Amino acid sequence: MSMIHRDRIDYRNKIHPHKLALWVALGSILMMFVALTSAYVVKRAAGNWLDFELPQIFYYNTFVILLSSVFLQMSYKGFLKGKENIYKYMLVAAFVTGLAFVVLQYKGWTALHQIGIELSGNPSGSFIYVISGFHALHVLGGIVALILALVFAFKLPYKPTYKRKNRFELVLHYWHFIGFLWVYLLLFLFTQ
Amino acid sequence: MENNSLLIDDEKLLKENGYDDHFHDHHHDEDPYQSNFFSKYVFSMDHKMIAKQFLITGMFWAVIGAAMSVIFRLQLGFPEDSMTWIKPLLGKWIVIDSAGVGHLATEFYYALVTMHGTIIVFFVLTAGLSGTFSNLLIPLQIGARDMASPLLNMLSYWFFFLASVIMFLSLFVSTGPFAGGWVAYPPLSALPQASSGSGMGMTLWLISLTFFVVSVLLGGINYITTVLNLRTKGMSMWRLPLTIWSFFITAIIGLLSFPVLVSGFLLLMADRSLGTSFYLSEIFINGHALDNVGGSPILYQHLFWFLGHPEVYIIILPAMGIASEVLSTHSRKPIFGYKAMVISIASIAFLSFLVWAHHMFMSGMNPFISNFFVIFTLIIAVPSAVKVFNWISTLYGGSIRLNTAMLFAIGFVSMFISGGLTGIYLGNSALDIQMHDTYFVVAHFHIVMGVAAFFGMFAGIYHWFPKMYGRFMNETLGKLHFWGTMIGAYLIFWPMHYLGLAGVPRRYYSFDVFDTFSQFSDLNKFITVAAIITFFLQIVFIANFFHSIFFGKKVKEKNPWKSNTLEWTTPIHAGHGNWPGNIPTVHRWPYDYSKDGFDFIPQIQPPLAGETENH
Repeated sequence: MSMIHRDRIDYRNKIHPHKLALWVALGSILMMFVALTSAYVVKRAAGNWLDFELPQIFYYNTFVILLSSVFLQMSYKGFLKGKENIYKYMLVAAFVTGLAFVVLQYKGWTALHQIGIELSGNPSGSFIYVISGFHALHVLGGIVALILALVFAFKLPYKPTYKRKNRFELVLHYWHFIGFLWVYLLLFLFTQ
Repeated sequence: MENNSLLIDDEKLLKENGYDDHFHDHHHDEDPYQSNFFSKYVFSMDHKMIAKQFLITGMFWAVIGAAMSVIFRLQLGFPEDSMTWIKPLLGKWIVIDSAGVGHLATEFYYALVTMHGTIIVFFVLTAGLSGTFSNLLIPLQIGARDMASPLLNMLSYWFFFLASVIMFLSLFVSTGPFAGGWVAYPPLSALPQASSGSGMGMTLWLISLTFFVVSVLLGGINYITTVLNLRTKGMSMWRLPLTIWSFFITAIIGLLSFPVLVSGFLLLMADRSLGTSFYLSEIFINGHALDNVGGSPILYQHLFWFLGHPEVYIIILPAMGIASEVLSTHSRKPIFGYKAMVISIASIAFLSFLVWAHHMFMSGMNPFISNFFVIFTLIIAVPSAVKVFNWISTLYGGSIRLNTAMLFAIGFVSMFISGGLTGIYLGNSALDIQMHDTYFVVAHFHIVMGVAAFFGMFAGIYHWFPKMYGRFMNETLGKLHFWGTMIGAYLIFWPMHYLGLAGVPRRYYSFDVFDTFSQFSDLNKFITVAAIITFFLQIVFIANFFHSIFFGKKVKEKNPWKSNTLEWTTPIHAGHGNWPGNIPTVHRWPYDYSKDGFDFIPQIQPPLAGETENH
């Protein structure tokens, strides 16, 4: 179905309905993680809880996903200002660092395994696996979106239309959200 | 009230005063959405068709869910009688003893109770009610061509359909569907070896409900975005009909609470298949100790009820919105206290997130924490009472048309009062020591959110049937349906309060080992007979519904109820896009009934000469 007639109406509004829909969806993703972290607090308070140090790699990895966010932001600026090369290659950089984040999270899980924290052990360890694993799934969803953005960037002739700008912003907002979600999760686990 | 001839004709207003969104610029045939048979009736993106799909799927589930309750009521009312006659349907779940008497298998009794709850709460009163009317009314009443994303909207229905298929399949698994109660508390839900339904049945239950949540979220994202972003010119938030306000706030509650349920399910799935112990600790099954240590089943209850309580408002708020609209239209009076109604809906929604633990007073929770939840639970009585007061004040002095839709809306108010009052009892943690897990609880929530929500749904169906199908439902059968259901519902649930006060526990298969409850066997028979009669009255409704789709009295004018809202300015059989030409612009709120000598002034009418205050 063509969206052209629909876009006409949308110009009357400051914000595109797809973007608003994305933000609403981000709100519900956030609720999922708020629930998981609240469950963590409740379970911890109930006792029978094993304390351990979170492996260092999770902290380093935070820089990787934030770097990825910065790359994507630079790519977006490049897209807006007509700097085609910055737009394309920063997008590649964001994609590579995003992928690196998932790989390093996997390294983090093996580091947990090495200090004897198993998925099926005390819930304090299981929570780390489940929370970071579920977050990693959302990162993978973002990577799929980045792949689509890459296809658009390299296959289509460069043209900063309203439609493409809007589509880029959807990816951009999701990706920033996922990055900051990880910062929240890490700060939460660090302060607990 | 003869002044209405002075109003300007709808068509003229749409043409001269409507908003031109260039809907037809790119299309030169009749149907701008280029639909064929499949895209019109099956994979439709038209919100009106999706609404009908939700409604008919919901009705299918309602029949199954209600039939299940009839079967377990037979067990409760007539535990001695043979059920061999139903063996062709239930097969091995009817066990024939040495004397040749067929009994309902105990596991299957629990499965029936569990499935009845799951089906009615999620598939009928969430998808069938909110899914139907949010889809039908949001674009029509705010003056939009369709939802913000018709594609996501279509996916929302098909995820619900997928969830339905999986749940339906689970009914036919050889080990039976899940049987641990609709709340699915661990350890029964977490250990496949806990009972026969906890294996495959529970796996399918979890998968089905996860898809169901996806459906609710996709729908909710669309409802919120559409209401905020696609309102037509002049339709400010304070001019929205109360239906739209209630669907909008319902969607917000759903988006905040269903993800929490998913998180709870995620940990449950991990416990079931990855060997974690989030909800499990120190459990013995068949004399063997399990490895799981460190978990807490109460954790699941917190996560479940953080959704579970808002869920009851997800069910009742749309019914409230529908009742408000129907009551106002058919009493030819503006709704009393429009802003108070909106604020009440919003405060009920807000409070719904602060009361979940009143479902867990007896779980060993700290009684000082209970106090907090008692207070907030009782505060919900305030906005609820405001709404009831406003509904009754709307009726007071109105020129009431007692048609079926109106009867059901009044019935809704009656049920909401009766069930709401017992909520005040149950909100007290001290009284809960006696009444938790008894038939008092069953009576309370069936009246206040079961029957009341059904009544809201029926009111909506009878009222908007002409918009959905271009025909009326039969009024005589409708009135039979209403009076039968109204009386039947009270006969079923009123006596349950007495059972509950006496301490009769819910979810029990039979009471023959408890002498103290044997005095209630006649009362249980009475309830069962009332339930069977009420069930068959719903068949009258379903026959009326489907017969009227094809043979009902045809709608001759666009606005048969003389209503103010925008859906009645569309053609009788509106195509995809709703308005063939311009979309309407709005000049007033939707409740200008009996004003300045006019019987009604639709929202598209510009201010009239000499008109008093304009909302």
